[in-house]
Amino acid sequence: MRSVLISLALLAAQPLLADSNLPPAYWANRQLPDPGEEARAQALMQELRCLVCQGQSIADSDAELAGDMRDLVRRRIAAGEPPAAIRAWLVERYGTWISYKPTAEPAAWPLWLAPLALLAAGLFLIRRRIRMKARA
Amino acid sequence: MTRAIRFAPLAVLLLVIVALVWRLATPVDTNVSSKLEGRPLPVFALPAAVPPKPALSSTELATGQPRIVNIFASWCVPCIGEVKVLQQLKARGVPIDGIAVRDRPEDVAAFLANNGDPYERIGSDVRSQVQIALGSSGVPESFIVDGRGVIRYQHIGPIEGGDVPMILNKLEQSR
Repeated sequence: MRSVLISLALLAAQPLLADSNLPPAYWANRQLPDPGEEARAQALMQELRCLVCQGQSIADSDAELAGDMRDLVRRRIAAGEPPAAIRAWLVERYGTWISYKPTAEPAAWPLWLAPLALLAAGLFLIRRRIRMKARA
Repeated sequence: MTRAIRFAPLAVLLLVIVALVWRLATPVDTNVSSKLEGRPLPVFALPAAVPPKPALSSTELATGQPRIVNIFASWCVPCIGEVKVLQQLKARGVPIDGIAVRDRPEDVAAFLANNGDPYERIGSDVRSQVQIALGSSGVPESFIVDGRGVIRYQHIGPIEGGDVPMILNKLEQSR
């Protein structure tokens, strides 16, 4: 009986939407008329991290805040601002967290060094194998 | 030598397990804090969210005494509970201004009528542009701005009853 009541109550329940009642911003889902500008905006949006869906870029995210950030990026690109300046403006506010583009900061050094270290380790292993075979 | 190497996979496995257990025990903080703490407010001028209540611009925030700028929205559920705490702060003489994010005037008016109105001024940020300029990543968030218009503290999430002494302390420090 109780489970039936709970099921009925769940049927009547409305999903709690944490979204606003406003439509997406004008440039959130609309391409810029100039293909060059749109390409620059796209490239930048692919490398900016969504603050809501933190694993996605703002180009991929459906979050409203990501839409508002796309609107911001497209407006500024259309106004002639270089992508690097827009990225720097956002990094100033949110830190390097906001950008997917790896930096040369010490925290990112392992990322740059890892391929070289792995390549060196591989070469070392191959050299040892060849020497062992030669001896056998 | 070869014996020791046999145990290498086991050692790697143990390392992975230790790393996983450590991450489970101390989850990552997914809050993104604004880097503007200690810096002047970005320049903005927002239209009034619910006329005739005054609009909000950055130049009007350097009033000589610390104030709270609360980022909220009528569609934000935690904001409902936060308003009561903001009312308490207002009763203690704390000046509070609001920024309504992605909101319609009628929705903000209904929100204030239902939950109370602690705000002196409310700006309407329809495209979240001022929210982004402040380095804020969601609603609700609050910024303590000192008398010279410098951001002194960012509070992510609702200010709850237990946070009141801490907030009053931060306001005192910003004097």
